[in-house]
Amino acid sequence: MSDSIAIDAKGLTKRFGSLTAVDDLHLQIPEAAIYGFLGPNGSGKSTAIRMLCGLLTPTAGEVEVLGFRVKGQAEELKRHIGYMTQKFSLYEDLTVEENLRFLAAVYGLPRRDLKQRIDGALEEYWLTEQRKQFAGTMSGGQKQRLALAGATLHRPRLLILDEPTSAVDPQSRRDFWDILFALVEHGTTVLVSTHYMDEAERCHNLAILDRGRLVAEGRPRDLIRNINAGVVEIETASPRAARDCLEATDGVQSVAQLGTRLHALTDKAVEDPAGLIRRALEKAHIDSEVDSVTANLEDVFVAATRLNRHGGRETHAA
Amino acid sequence: MLRRLLAIAGKEVRQLKRDRLTFGMIVGVPLLQILLFGYAIDLDVRNVSAAVADHANTSLSRQLVASTEASQVVRITRSAAGPEELEALLDAGEIDVGIYIPHDFERRVMDADRPAGQLLINGSDPTVESIARRLTQMPLPGRAQPPPLFEARTYYNPERRSPVNIVPALIGVILHLTMVLFTAIAIVRERERGNLELLITTPVTSSELMLGKIIPYVIIGLIQVTLILWVSQWLFDVPVRGHVLDLYLASAFFILAALALGLTVSTLAKTQFQAIQLTVFTFLPSILLSGFMFPFEGMPRVAQWIGEAIPLTHFVRLSRGILVRGAELGELHAEIWPMLVFFTVFMIVATLRFSKRLD
Repeated sequence: MSDSIAIDAKGLTKRFGSLTAVDDLHLQIPEAAIYGFLGPNGSGKSTAIRMLCGLLTPTAGEVEVLGFRVKGQAEELKRHIGYMTQKFSLYEDLTVEENLRFLAAVYGLPRRDLKQRIDGALEEYWLTEQRKQFAGTMSGGQKQRLALAGATLHRPRLLILDEPTSAVDPQSRRDFWDILFALVEHGTTVLVSTHYMDEAERCHNLAILDRGRLVAEGRPRDLIRNINAGVVEIETASPRAARDCLEATDGVQSVAQLGTRLHALTDKAVEDPAGLIRRALEKAHIDSEVDSVTANLEDVFVAATRLNRHGGRETHAA
Repeated sequence: MLRRLLAIAGKEVRQLKRDRLTFGMIVGVPLLQILLFGYAIDLDVRNVSAAVADHANTSLSRQLVASTEASQVVRITRSAAGPEELEALLDAGEIDVGIYIPHDFERRVMDADRPAGQLLINGSDPTVESIARRLTQMPLPGRAQPPPLFEARTYYNPERRSPVNIVPALIGVILHLTMVLFTAIAIVRERERGNLELLITTPVTSSELMLGKIIPYVIIGLIQVTLILWVSQWLFDVPVRGHVLDLYLASAFFILAALALGLTVSTLAKTQFQAIQLTVFTFLPSILLSGFMFPFEGMPRVAQWIGEAIPLTHFVRLSRGILVRGAELGELHAEIWPMLVFFTVFMIVATLRFSKRLD
């Protein structure tokens, strides 16, 4: 990781009519790292990403990407950005090779080493055998690799991925991330939006968005360490009753059920979170086993988005 | 710039080759239309079915009936007892013309002030009506006729063959239908399938995209013109009296106008189905007001103004001029610039609307 900044956004705001999709976003995204946007649907992830690469004009605020000012230099910027859309957006009735050739022409790549470059991309993304296959007939994982091959063919300095792995199996997802790490090693900055915790965990840096606002930012490990809540795990035979009981208890922010276990988040001010929970459940005569545990990213996510919902307090960890 | 344009055009051709339905329409629509219009539509109506009620029943009246049938305008299928039965037959739709010859036919013939007989004409079909009215001009058999006031000489199409009237205009109708439809669908399809979302992240500009999409269809349109000319010459002996090259040039201008309209449609429609609906919507006024179906001169002033704004109107005049009258494009230049204005206006509208939709 280098120390230089790939994206510098100040006070970025986007309003659609009366709806504020992104509200006063300040970001500094370092070069040659994977930066993740985590947030529920409608949290403004896609809008933020599109503004950062010049596809959308912000209502207010300024962005500088790779040294280009997005206002006025968006067209030049496009040559240095690779964008992978949420939905497969290459031509399904063209073959793998035809799609890549089309993109090469569109990006004005030199003709001399074109064949070499396409062969290289096909090999790198394990698509050599599919070269003559129509894109529409390929599997989800293959399509995704083709989309990535297309987005990186012109060797962009910034790669933007909008929920890239929503349509692929876990193994393909793992392969996909291996490729991303390799790209980062070669100096590419990667911006990815996701709502999968396991994906978010792999990012070097993470921003959690909720209703258009940045509610937490930092390295995943720091976010977990500095979570603004106590985390308690409850094992019980009657999870529904326990949940109802705890949700009515003062000092408990939220309760989430994971099979027979519950995860409860308590206010930071509570000194003995496990004790509070235990007492509340005993009072309600619910048999349970209660333990304080270390937070996971989902807890961080829930804590961050919950707080914003209740009082609008921000929790800038790290 | 040029490379990106060619990349888009080349991709469009590739996709087109694989889209069998569209590819079939390029050839199928012109062939079907020309066969339908060429064979099924004959404006020179013959053998309208008729019935006679002859109350005079003299040799003169029988002669009149015989020469009426000999004119081939009507074919007498029934005889009726009187005018009431003729009316009943008209109502039932069994005949289109009833010929009534009264008792005092011979005496009426002598009297120059009174008509000798009566025609009952089905006015619900304007073509039949105007044809049947020609019978009123028929001379009385065996009677010396005064010389006509005018001698009429019909130029360009003396045999009054329908294909000669219809085919030149039909080229425009076919081009309008296919060109507007293809381009309207082409961009909407790109949006529906999500390709547009990718394209806007690339250095492709909206005008490159628009032009790149248009170029292949200009060529396809000219291929269609060739096909129509060839079939209509081979099957219907439609003449090409002017320069073929002039016709191709005129067609190219018209195709550009139609494509610009198609692109505008595609920026309005959200789905391919809407694009088709909108195309039909633009198609009807063009057909009705262009002078293809109904004579331009007979339309009210406002309709004529609208008609002048429609590219098909000008193409119909150009095409009839070049093919049938043997005119040169230079003589008809007044018909070209309205199409260019139309093209420019709609191209600007489409490009502006398109760039707006990226945001």
